[in-house]
Parts: sequence; C-alpha cells; structure tokens
Amino acid sequence: MKMNGARILLECLKLEGVDTVFGYPGGTVINLYDELFSFKEIRHILPRHEQAGVHAADGYARASGKVGVAIATSGPGATNTVTGIATAYMDSIPLVVITGQVPTALIGNDAFQEADIVGITRPCTKHNFLVKDVRDLATIVKKAFYIARSGRPGPVLIDLPKDVQVAVTEFKYPDTIELRGYKPTLEGHTRQIEKAVGMLLTAKKPVLYVGGGAVLSNASVELLELARKLDIPVTTTLMGLGSFPGDDSLALGMLGMHGSYYANMAVSHADLLVAIGARFDDRVTGKIATFAPHAKIIHIDVDPTSIKKNVRVDLPIVGDLRGVLAKMLKVLEEQGGAIKGFREAVAPWLLEIEGWKEKHPMTFKHSASVIKPQMVIQKLRELSDPDAIVATDVGQNQMWTAQFFTFTRPRTFLSSGGLGTMGYGLPAAMGAQAAFPKRQVIAVCGDGGFQMNMQEMASLVQHRLPVKICILNNNFLGMVRQWQELFFDKRYSQTCMELPIDFIKLAEAFGAKGFQATKPDEVEAVIKKGFKTPGPVIMEFKVAREEKVLPMVPAGASLTEMVLAS
Amino acid sequence: MRHTITVMVENEFGVLARVSGLFSGRGFNIDSLSVAPTNEDSISRMTIVTRGDEQILEQITKQLNKLIDVIKVIDFTDGSAIEREMALIKVTAEEENRAEVLRIVDIFRAKIIDVTSKSYTIEATGAPAKIDAILELLRPLGLKELVRTGPAAIGRGAKGWKG
Repeated sequence: MKMNGARILLECLKLEGVDTVFGYPGGTVINLYDELFSFKEIRHILPRHEQAGVHAADGYARASGKVGVAIATSGPGATNTVTGIATAYMDSIPLVVITGQVPTALIGNDAFQEADIVGITRPCTKHNFLVKDVRDLATIVKKAFYIARSGRPGPVLIDLPKDVQVAVTEFKYPDTIELRGYKPTLEGHTRQIEKAVGMLLTAKKPVLYVGGGAVLSNASVELLELARKLDIPVTTTLMGLGSFPGDDSLALGMLGMHGSYYANMAVSHADLLVAIGARFDDRVTGKIATFAPHAKIIHIDVDPTSIKKNVRVDLPIVGDLRGVLAKMLKVLEEQGGAIKGFREAVAPWLLEIEGWKEKHPMTFKHSASVIKPQMVIQKLRELSDPDAIVATDVGQNQMWTAQFFTFTRPRTFLSSGGLGTMGYGLPAAMGAQAAFPKRQVIAVCGDGGFQMNMQEMASLVQHRLPVKICILNNNFLGMVRQWQELFFDKRYSQTCMELPIDFIKLAEAFGAKGFQATKPDEVEAVIKKGFKTPGPVIMEFKVAREEKVLPMVPAGASLTEMVLAS
Repeated sequence: MRHTITVMVENEFGVLARVSGLFSGRGFNIDSLSVAPTNEDSISRMTIVTRGDEQILEQITKQLNKLIDVIKVIDFTDGSAIEREMALIKVTAEEENRAEVLRIVDIFRAKIIDVTSKSYTIEATGAPAKIDAILELLRPLGLKELVRTGPAAIGRGAKGWKG
C-alpha cells in the first residue's frame, strides 16, 4: 500500500509494539502530527519541554523494559532532547528519538530551526540516522529499534526531514535487516563460564558486584538463585538497585561513594569479585589502585568495551547476563557435591560481614524536632505499595532513596546514574506512570531538581497521570552544599535557594493537590493523605537543612576511608 | 607504541566523523588517517596510525568494533602487514644543490613530478621510515612544502581481509 513518510513511520512504530509516545509538535513534524491526529493506536503524551519528553520515554523504558519513543521538532526541539538522550546513553536505556528536520534541499543552508542533530548526538547515541529517501524509512526504523534494544541497549536517533514525511512510497515493513557491522555477542563462552564456576568454588571470600546490566537483561531470578545456592553476598551499584532483593540476608546494599560500610568493607576484603553488568565507575571504585586489592575479578558484561576499561580483569565473559548466569547455574548443578563444601567454606566470611553490619549499620541520627530526609524515605517505603515505582532526581534525595528505600524488585528504581541529570525524576515518573497507569509511582526530588522540570506538573494533570511527588525541601542544592561544607570550608557559594517557594500553591496552580509537613510527626499523615488523594500530588517535607549523605568516601579516596554517620 | 590499524567501514556519510569523534572524545591519538573506497562499492577502508600502551590499544579496537558502521578492525602491529605511504615534497633547487637533489631522488627511487628553475617537486613512495629518511636528507637543502598521505596497509600473504 502506498502512503506518505509520516504514515509509514507510525505504521512502523505500531509494528514495533509502541503504544505510547512522548512528543512535542513543531514546524518540521507538523506532517507527522497531522497523521497522528487520526492514528488511534498510539497514545501521545505532551510534555511541556522536549528534554522532559525524552526523560519520560526513558522512565517508560526503564519501568517497562520496552523501547521508549520520543518525538521533537527540528532545531531547538531537537537540541532540547540532547540531555535526555545523553542520560539514556550513559545508563544504556533503549530509546528511539525521532526529530523533524528541515527539508533535504535546505539541509546545510542554516535554514529556520535547522540544527545538525545527527552531528550533535553522535557521541551520545548508540547510533543515529538521517533519512534522505522515504524508500529507506521503514528499514531505518526497523534497524533503529533493533539497535536500541539489543546487545548493550541505548538510545538511537532518527532525523526525519519534512519532505521525507510528505513523500509517498509503497510501504512494506522488512522481515529482516542486515547489519554486518553489528553482531553483539550474547552467548557467553562455555569454557570461560566453566572457569568462572571453578574460580567461584575455590573462593573463600566472594562478593557479587551487580550493576544496571542485571536489570536491563532481566536476570534477577538467575542472580537470586546463584547467590542463594552458594551463599554469596551481593552488593549492587546505584543502577543495580532492585535487581537483587534489598531485604535479603545476603544483600549488602549499595557500594561506593555513598555505599554501606559493610559493602565497601566486603569488597575491600574479598578474594573474588564477580562483576555482573557493572562497569567499575569512579563513584563505585574510589581510588582505583586500592580497589578490591585482594580480589581476583571475574567480569561478565554484554559490552566488551566495559571490560578492562578501568580495572584489571582476571576472567572476562562477554555475553547477555541472563544467559551467562543460567549457564553458570547449569555448570554448578553438575558439581552438586562441591556446593555443600563451598557453603561451609564461606560461612566464616558471612560472619565477618555480619560483624561489619553490626558495627556500622546503615543508619542516621533521628530527631523529634526536625524532619530527617532519611526518615521520610523510610516512611515512603513503609506506606507505599510493594510494587511501587520510584524515580529520583540527582543528589542527596537520590542517595537517601538509594540507601533507605530498600528496593526489592527490578525496574522499580529509576534514576540517572551515569550522567547524573538533575530534573530527571519528575518526567521519568511521568513516563513510568504512563507505562503502568494502575501502579503507584513516586517521584523523589530535591527542591532544586524539581524546579528544573516542574513544568511537567501540567502534563501530569492533563494526561491524568497520578504521580506522587515527594519534595525533600532543604532550600539548598544539598549535595553541592555538602561538598562545600566538607571540602570548601563551608563557603556555600550559590547553593542556597533563597527564595522560599510555596509548593502547595504551585500544585494548585496546575490543578493538582499539595500537602506540606514541617515537623516529624506530620510526615506519616502527609504521605498517607498524598497516596490517598487521586491525581498528581506534591508532598513537601521541610527537612533538616544541613543534613549530609553518609557514609561518604571522599572523591579519590579508598573505599575503606569512609566518613561514617556515627 | 605505534600501531597501524585497518578499519573496514560502511561507505556512508558521517562514518569518518564517527571514527574521528571516537578518537577525540576518548582522548586517543591519531598520527595519521587515510580513507578511500575499496573494490566493494559499499565498503571504505581506513588506515589509522595511533599510539598507546596495550590497554589503550585494546580499548581503541573494542570501541571501533562497537561502532555500528564498522565492519572489521585489524591491528597490524605485529609486522604482519606491508605499509606504503606517498609524500609530495617541494624543495629548493638552485644551481649548487640541483644535482644533489637529483641524486637523492635517484637513490630513493623517487620521481620529479614538477620542475622550475628554482625548485623540484618530488613524489616519493615507500614505507613510512623510508619517507622519513628522504625527508631528513632533503630538509637541509631547503624543504618548502610537504604533504604525506599517511600509510596504507595491507596484510601479507595470500589471504584477503575476509580470511
């Protein structure tokens, strides 16, 4: 059947299983939007800024495991997507971002609202395309989705000139595509896997160090089985939270700069570290020379470039985690007898870790007079649904959520880990809510990050997305303030948000509800009321202004050099 | 350590930018880069000379392989390849050194491709070390302009790059 480029794009999206897109109209996508007007199979959500649109698609993808789709017009629309794309790229989130472009005849002419978005996004996309001929469009869309979701996932951008949207051709969605330069290794090497199991079974102090790859690969079941079968303690990165139940007795919580004392001690004393979909980020390793000094390292990752990038690795395994872990379990099965002996051999190690847990549990100083942000997070956990999805901003609110919410399920914690994008939380929560209209979705923000994308309150109300927004308000850019306190002699340069905003009135201005707690004994009532109130709600907590995120490994220090809470 | 890497890429717009962007974005060095289409219309071939220790080179080849448009990466550092480079060299050639320039050109089996009463333009081809050597001899005679193509490399033996 003959149809125009705009219609072809929509048909392709439908065939890729896309049911929701986040987009913002404009001059060079007006033809696409005209087709969308009568295309009922795809729900369109209108953010109030293209950056938020991409974050929403990202939140949708993280929560659902599907490819998120965002649309923006050319020029400023396209450049506004860049932060969202870079955020997704750093955390390996599958997105397809479609931007309008000026007509092909005008490309390069500095036309109105022209930007070389393919050039701009080259370093922050997994791949990108400029469609020059409508006959290539269907194949490009198919390639884009395949590239976005396979191997190490990531964002793919399609730049679609206006005249290509108008041009007409016969539509046929290809059954297969050929990408001779892209053949991700998914199947882990059997011999390497056998060697890994051998190394595991001879270890006395093993630790599993699990990153976002475990979430992306949906490997939680296999991970839990491996850990339980062998009694191996598990620490996760920020991105790995939820991939392993945080309330399990083998869970050590997060490691690294704001990780638990016992996770960092365990890694520093381990004789075997199994990195599973983690990439040895500087916020995890601290001083690289003293990271896991006694440990042999097994590194399992789908992306070969992650292996040996920052640390030496004794045994690399390239492959999809879920399959690799399943194979490891199979190899273990065949060695039934060895497992019992192994569990006995690691028992003293687990006791040693218990000792660290007792010595310095993850804790904070409670207060009866002022609201502690950590307490708010604990109350949120206590009062929310077990399958609630939490999106955070970046900074103290993010770290407290990571430390005190105790995530037990994968894809329930959405946070910008790699890029560390303030303003991510609210739109990401919006995307997650669009994916799961019936589940509880909470955005945890600081007052700073909330203000970076607070315009999205309008989108939440318009699209009836009942996100519950928790603002931990300390009138500071708290994490930077914390660094200024600790390392810059309390010179709080430009980190005090001096204007007190009335967030309740703000909520009301958007047609939402707002509640505020100023004292500790009001916290529970505000959360309960917030959760019970239909529609989007702001719950504002006036928290202890100079509370710090602890423990903390100062930048560049070893993991054992922690500043502790008590 | 100096490495010569051959990269087979899709012959499409933007591929050179992807490769050079990868080097600049990650702080890798490029000493030289030459690129042209191959006998297959859809494939271009790049020869990149770079420097770095073993770990950096491993990252470079892995990162190149990660690019969707890169079909194959071959690291020729182990001497398994023949390298050839061309240089066009403009030298001052006045009365007293005209004969000396000609002798050097002859020794290196280079060619004079343009001549004036005051200059010679020389075409020299060979392994990069040979080009370095002829330049060293010509430099004191008055080197006015130089263009080097950067080496092209091809594997030794009967096998093609596809094996």
